[in-house]
Amino acid sequence: MTTAGTYTPKPGAAPLPRMIAAQAALETKMLLRNGEQLLLTVVIPTLLLVLFSSVDIVDTGVGKAVDFLAPGVLALAVMSTAFTGQAIATGFERRYGVLKRLASSPLPRWALMTAKTASVLVTEVLQIALLTVIAFALGWSPHGNPLAVLLLLVLGTAAFSGLGLLMAGTLRAEATLAAANLVFLLLLVGGGVIVPLDKFPSGAQDVLALLPISALSDGLRDVLQHGAGVPWGDLGILAVWAVVGLTAAGRFFRWE
Amino acid sequence: MRTEPVVQVQALVKRYGDKTAVDGLDLVARAGVTAVLGPNGAGKTTTVETCEGYRKPDSGTVRVLGLDPVRQSGELRPRVGVMLQSGGVYSGARADEMLRHVAKLHAHPLDVDALIERLGLGSCGRTTYRRLSGGQQQRLALAMAVVGRPELVFLDEPTAGLDPQARRATWDLVRDLRADGVSVILTTHYMDEAEQLADDVAIIDAGRVIAQGSPEELCRGGAENTLRFTGRPGLDVGSLLKALPADCTAAELTPGSYRVVGKVDPQLLATVTSWCAQHGVMPDRISVERHTLEDVFLELTGKELRS
Repeated sequence: MTTAGTYTPKPGAAPLPRMIAAQAALETKMLLRNGEQLLLTVVIPTLLLVLFSSVDIVDTGVGKAVDFLAPGVLALAVMSTAFTGQAIATGFERRYGVLKRLASSPLPRWALMTAKTASVLVTEVLQIALLTVIAFALGWSPHGNPLAVLLLLVLGTAAFSGLGLLMAGTLRAEATLAAANLVFLLLLVGGGVIVPLDKFPSGAQDVLALLPISALSDGLRDVLQHGAGVPWGDLGILAVWAVVGLTAAGRFFRWE
Repeated sequence: MRTEPVVQVQALVKRYGDKTAVDGLDLVARAGVTAVLGPNGAGKTTTVETCEGYRKPDSGTVRVLGLDPVRQSGELRPRVGVMLQSGGVYSGARADEMLRHVAKLHAHPLDVDALIERLGLGSCGRTTYRRLSGGQQQRLALAMAVVGRPELVFLDEPTAGLDPQARRATWDLVRDLRADGVSVILTTHYMDEAEQLADDVAIIDAGRVIAQGSPEELCRGGAENTLRFTGRPGLDVGSLLKALPADCTAAELTPGSYRVVGKVDPQLLATVTSWCAQHGVMPDRISVERHTLEDVFLELTGKELRS
């Protein structure tokens, strides 16, 4: 070959940080472009926060309703993105061969998962910023240690991501869509998001308190509403879910 | 051009449950364009996907550019371009967006705008993948396979279901890749595609390579060609036979109608016509019947290619 043509081979992977950034940017763009995803991650949490803070439907105990609701809705926002949204999106990516095609690109699998996590975190930052502004407008007065809040959000994200990816990597895309939405709804009602857990029978309470959504909403409430220190019990529950979920996802995830 | 194999498959076996998809397949592909030809279900996709690292062989070895596609995947992937039979794109992504993304995963990608122009993907505009036509989706998948400037490209049924114009555009691109030194492995069940594009054709049936060679070799080898002519009845066929190479046969089928079967090349044609001249015979209606790959396939397997 004397002269280089247009297609003359010059292979090579892009630097890893560039690949991960590109992948995370694309995934975030896909998510923000998807109407159903926005309904789940933005519209529903916002409506719940505004509606239940301004209309006295559920007895949220002593104090302002928004002080009880804001931590619950933040937990819901984390679940909607890390679990429901990620499960549905990844399920369909698997179904349509996106994961398969990316698996033969220079992007390593771990880098793809890193990019997915980054995309989830970026979305959560946007959600939390929006919900915080709305909560303040509704008269929210949060307390507590921001580091404890951050720790809860990160462990909650890890727990929900593991469960979401486990579902996306093992079920058919349609089954994931249905199941992820159903779980979202059930955990919304039974996970202490807007309905305090003490409204449930005491036997049920003990079980419900072990759910990741209950641990996250309860932990956030302890800190933000009651100014508690680090809620180790809730962090422990989230850590167990994270380890179990991520390990199972790593083991059972099928890429095609 | 390099002569070491770009793909080397030895005794590959791949089963799905109790169904054996690939059954002791041997394949060596060198630089240039190699077509893997066979009917649906012959094991083409399984073979190619094993080379792409998607499937682990049940037994046998696979080397692509000298590397193990599973164990040395990280080293191999940047050097290889893959076009899946379908899908591979976010349903909400636009064509140019997806192509630019794949380009970003490579160190020295092609000029994306030029590639979009070349493959006529500019007309996709802001349409998302799920709403593109089948032909547009195929061409996007092809673009994604080449945008990283790979050494070797795997194309799985690149023109299945394309209209003739899009098909020619794809063929032209494959020819340009070859001219610029990119090796191409393509699967197809179109005989003309293999004949048009391939330096080398591997015919696969029931999970095995049953014949391999250049299209010309296969057409000569798997089935010998036939030369027919008519002349006056009762010519001395024995004398004609003596003039021909040893592996040829000659016969008078019906009075005045003669047939020579063998490796029909210009030399053989000259031998027959000069024998006719020596014997004062005017060979009327002289014809050479070339076998197509389709004939070869039919003879080897007893099956139609386009099943």
